[in-house]
Amino acid sequence: MSVHLLVDFGSTYTKLTAVDTEKEVIVGTSRAMTTVRTDVLEGFDMALEKLQKAHPDMGEITTISACSSAAGGLKMAAIGLVEELTAEAAKRACLGAGALVNHVFSHHLSKKEIKTLKQADVDIILLAGGTDGGNKECILHNAKKLAEAKLGIPIIVAGNKDAADEIDELFEKSEEEYYIVDNVMPKLKKLNVAPAKDVIRRIFITKIIEGKGIKKAEEKIGEIIMPTPEAVLQAAELLSKGHEEVEGYGDMMVIDIGGATTDVHTIGEGSPKRTEVILKGLQEPFAKRTVEGDLGVRYSANALLSLVKPYEFKKYYENGDEEATDEDIEEAMQRRHDNVDYLPENDQEKAFDKALARICCDYSMSRHVGTVEVVYTPLGNMYYQTGKDLTEIQYVVGTGGVLINNAGAKQILKEVLHKSHKKLELRPKDSEFLIDELYILSAMGLLGQKHPRLALKLLKRHLK
Amino acid sequence: MHTVVIGVIGADVHAVGIRIIEHVLRKHGFNVVNIGVLSSQEDFINAAIETNAKAILVSSLYGHGEMDCKYMKENCEEAGLSHVKLYVGGNIVVGKQDFKDVEQRFKKMGFDRVYPPGTDIEEAVEHIKEDLNTA
Repeated sequence: MSVHLLVDFGSTYTKLTAVDTEKEVIVGTSRAMTTVRTDVLEGFDMALEKLQKAHPDMGEITTISACSSAAGGLKMAAIGLVEELTAEAAKRACLGAGALVNHVFSHHLSKKEIKTLKQADVDIILLAGGTDGGNKECILHNAKKLAEAKLGIPIIVAGNKDAADEIDELFEKSEEEYYIVDNVMPKLKKLNVAPAKDVIRRIFITKIIEGKGIKKAEEKIGEIIMPTPEAVLQAAELLSKGHEEVEGYGDMMVIDIGGATTDVHTIGEGSPKRTEVILKGLQEPFAKRTVEGDLGVRYSANALLSLVKPYEFKKYYENGDEEATDEDIEEAMQRRHDNVDYLPENDQEKAFDKALARICCDYSMSRHVGTVEVVYTPLGNMYYQTGKDLTEIQYVVGTGGVLINNAGAKQILKEVLHKSHKKLELRPKDSEFLIDELYILSAMGLLGQKHPRLALKLLKRHLK
Repeated sequence: MHTVVIGVIGADVHAVGIRIIEHVLRKHGFNVVNIGVLSSQEDFINAAIETNAKAILVSSLYGHGEMDCKYMKENCEEAGLSHVKLYVGGNIVVGKQDFKDVEQRFKKMGFDRVYPPGTDIEEAVEHIKEDLNTA
């Protein structure tokens, strides 16, 4: 027997999944609190002990792969020229690599913006600007400002190639850590995020996890190969596309509702479904991820109140306490923000969590899907489509604690579907819902790096 | 090699002519960025910024061009594109009007060159070369 152990160092829990690669089964899963403040291996050892206790006959662990989102995950800043073009392309490259993007700057960086960067908690900066052969004045200006600022943060340059040599000299002199890769938008509206994503991952593996106190885990468990959100995206892509002759599930969506953020991943072109629809804006990545930093059921719970007023909240609060006052609702949200490992104890609290999850689902969907807009032309009605048309998505997969530990999870996921009062949003119309009951998506993304066929098989078996 | 941005402005969906313009300009050695139909002024301007274009060629065939092109020059200036040459051509006004008058109005709006319906694109190419000093 040979066991491949998949590890996910999360911000709250360290989660283990053991896969027997010969018998092709998941032996078991376990979890323990993440311990980045002391020694990250303490949490890992505890989880492993639990796993081995529960499965004493588990074979020898031959390989370990890990992903991490501990200590706040990977935080990036994206810089571009035009907000809707290269700045957006840079942001998408960061998101696709599993990062949280808290700062996006466009045009010339000002002193104030440099100051913001200095004070911000940023792990990597992605600098773009100009198509190949296009504007290079702006990216040169920004590179110069960054070089002068001496931020001590790795900088990835993925802009107009005509500016690459000058930027190379600039950063060489300033002794900043920098990487020059292919342009994220080589031609107008054409997206090319793969080269930037590769470097982000490389920096993450070699540098970032060290600063976050996870590096020492490597001695014992081998390489930490990617940020957790990227592992989830990879699992989704594998399940969607299939592997060699084994067919996948086709276009799909994954919603991951966490305590602090809600991630939405979609795999599919999302191109217009009708001839009178014209696509606008930057090209969409085939595997697209968006992250909502203000949507979550614990740490971000109190932030939900700025989106949903208490009276609106009641629309999402099915079978809940009908007499709950506005203060009760605010208090319940605050309690969740203050205790991120809070678990609901009674039916009412469970209903409340469900309501929060439904809000996260609904709002994250509004921000992820494309929209249509009617244009009245002399030739009749035409439509602009911005973003992805997801009306024909076949499967929606739900993951994250609040969905996994919830009997009504599929009911919550129905919030993603087409809504009559949000008619212009291109939401899925008629999808099947699957729940990641064993919480294995990120683990399968990791396993898929070496054993794609097995990972695909296990995904199909365990997503229900 | 100079970059030029071309496209059809406003709620106009005439997709064929712009392809011909693209083809001819390429043949003459321009780097052509065709933003296609249903393009707003903002689309033209954003494209010109990113690609460092030297000229913007606006096409319009459906008669509402005058409305769509209003304040385009001002918006270009606002976006730091005062140096970019502006060209417009096609059925750019409502109905049949005296072209001299039309040309004057568009020049007043800040367009460098204005072309009546049926102009051969080769004619405009000569002007672009002249204006951008590539003749």
